[in-house]
Amino acid sequence: MALSLKVRRAGAPATPARPPAGDGPRRGRAGYAFVSAYFALLLLFGVAPTLYAVWLAITNSNGQLVGLGNFAQVLGDYRFFPAFANVALYLVIWLVVLVVAVIVLALMLHGRLRRASSVSRFVFYLPGALAGAASALVWMFMLDPSVSPVAWLLHGLGYSTFADVIAPQRLPAVFAIMAFWTGAGGWIVVMYGALNNIPDELLEAARIDGASALRTAWHVQIPLLRKWIAYMLILAFATGTQLFVEPQLVGAASLGEVSDSWSPNQLAYQYAFHANNFNDASAVSIYLLILGLAAAALVVFRSGLFEAGQ
Amino acid sequence: MIAPSRVMARVAWLIVIAAFFIFFALPVIWLLLAPTKTDAQLVTGGPLAFGSWHDLRLAWDHVAAFDSGIIFTWLGNSAVYSFSALAITLVTAIPAGYGLALTEFIGRKTLLTITLIVMLMPSAALVLPLFLEMNAVHEVGSVWSVILPFSLFPFGVYLAYIYFTSSIPKDLLAAARLDGCSEAGVFWHVALPLARPVVALVGFFSFVGNWNNFFLPLVMLPSDQAAPIQVGLNNLLASTPAFNPVAGGADLNFNRPELALTTLLAIAPILVVFLFSQRALVSGMLAGATKE
Repeated sequence: MALSLKVRRAGAPATPARPPAGDGPRRGRAGYAFVSAYFALLLLFGVAPTLYAVWLAITNSNGQLVGLGNFAQVLGDYRFFPAFANVALYLVIWLVVLVVAVIVLALMLHGRLRRASSVSRFVFYLPGALAGAASALVWMFMLDPSVSPVAWLLHGLGYSTFADVIAPQRLPAVFAIMAFWTGAGGWIVVMYGALNNIPDELLEAARIDGASALRTAWHVQIPLLRKWIAYMLILAFATGTQLFVEPQLVGAASLGEVSDSWSPNQLAYQYAFHANNFNDASAVSIYLLILGLAAAALVVFRSGLFEAGQ
Repeated sequence: MIAPSRVMARVAWLIVIAAFFIFFALPVIWLLLAPTKTDAQLVTGGPLAFGSWHDLRLAWDHVAAFDSGIIFTWLGNSAVYSFSALAITLVTAIPAGYGLALTEFIGRKTLLTITLIVMLMPSAALVLPLFLEMNAVHEVGSVWSVILPFSLFPFGVYLAYIYFTSSIPKDLLAAARLDGCSEAGVFWHVALPLARPVVALVGFFSFVGNWNNFFLPLVMLPSDQAAPIQVGLNNLLASTPAFNPVAGGADLNFNRPELALTTLLAIAPILVVFLFSQRALVSGMLAGATKE
């Protein structure tokens, strides 16, 4: 697909042919017809729920406006800061590991043994098929010393039961491992593709100047990947703030040892489903929505990766 | 003669790649082997040993018999939700991508920007707002409360948009118009037949995302009978002794090998998609954000 884009640029006429006069309005109406069904879905299941959540967040259960009262109230909930702190710690671990491992692995696989490199990329990418509940389940087996294939490693680290492994202080790292296992492969593929876009002459010039592979990576390749690294970090951050499935499943298997409002999304879920408090649930959702929206807008308008943002 | 430092570098390269190879592959291999063993063998036997076909058969029978075959009900539900949403996605996203790419209308640019933002926003952020909306219109529990939100797929619109802007020559469309083709005719007879690759790509991504979604059906479909397999895995976890000794007694025939087999069944369709369309998926991931 990237290739065909280049073709268009080379063959595009200097000035696009104008549609014949009188054709404009007709084609304009046709445009609306093509996007209308999608637009309806976007309004009904993208815009409407957002606006409704905002409305619920600024009213109380009797439908009276309360301003930012609900936002202040959930801030005062004893579970609010721990939930955000849990996810913040998880994000720090996950993003650092992600950025280091993805860059190192993409560089290592780039330009070596074509066959081995493509097999490795596929194997790294495969766990992406197990997103969601399945991956959490697989990792609960991996982290249970009684059945884990790396039980020796878990015992060596001093964990003899599953409960030891999922002790509260270790959970951010546990969830980071799960996220890395399912998500890193996709990013390695993307980063590898971006490395392929760097002109060979540039690497050749560095080599002739006597730069080692390490120096070339540091001074030439990584700076040229900056846009992609930022893109990966922002999207991984946004997805990470929404963490829900993994703590939900591990919580279900922990016999109450793991809090049922470990992450902010779980807290919002608790408000909605166990306290029937839709207003406070909306307030927490809006906090999370703002994080997600801000990250997405940052990528669209600032990264230069997307056409419409310019 | 190769310098010793280069040999060292190669060895280091091999070790690092091999370590990550094991990290990514070992859980999958373990999962493939687990249903061939008894629960006791999982604990005492070698982790990468093959059990027996007989035990695999036994695990299969236990899975099939569990709660009168509810696991197949869950798999069926997943298929219904995923494929229905896939159909609606294709019918809406492909024309939308075409409209955004090759027609002019007021608000086109705004719609494109909103599409990008919603596409990059994590979908989990909208789950509770969607639940509250569906609750207000008394649609919670209906299959449409899952299928319709699944059908909104801005990433698919963006993929189609990229494809139509880059791969369809405008001259071809203009020629068709001169021949008296209507706008709908141009799309149906000229653009769509050329768009088969992107239709497949949008289909794959939509299917994978829908099949793996957990949070939305968890909140929308409270009935166990209506749950898709991802939510079913969660229910199994809470009701079987595999990780939950106190929950035992519900069904003693359902233990870790059975749970592993159910997980395998849950991921099998996605695994098949991944294995057979690796190239398409990878090109789609790159196209998702490739301009040059």
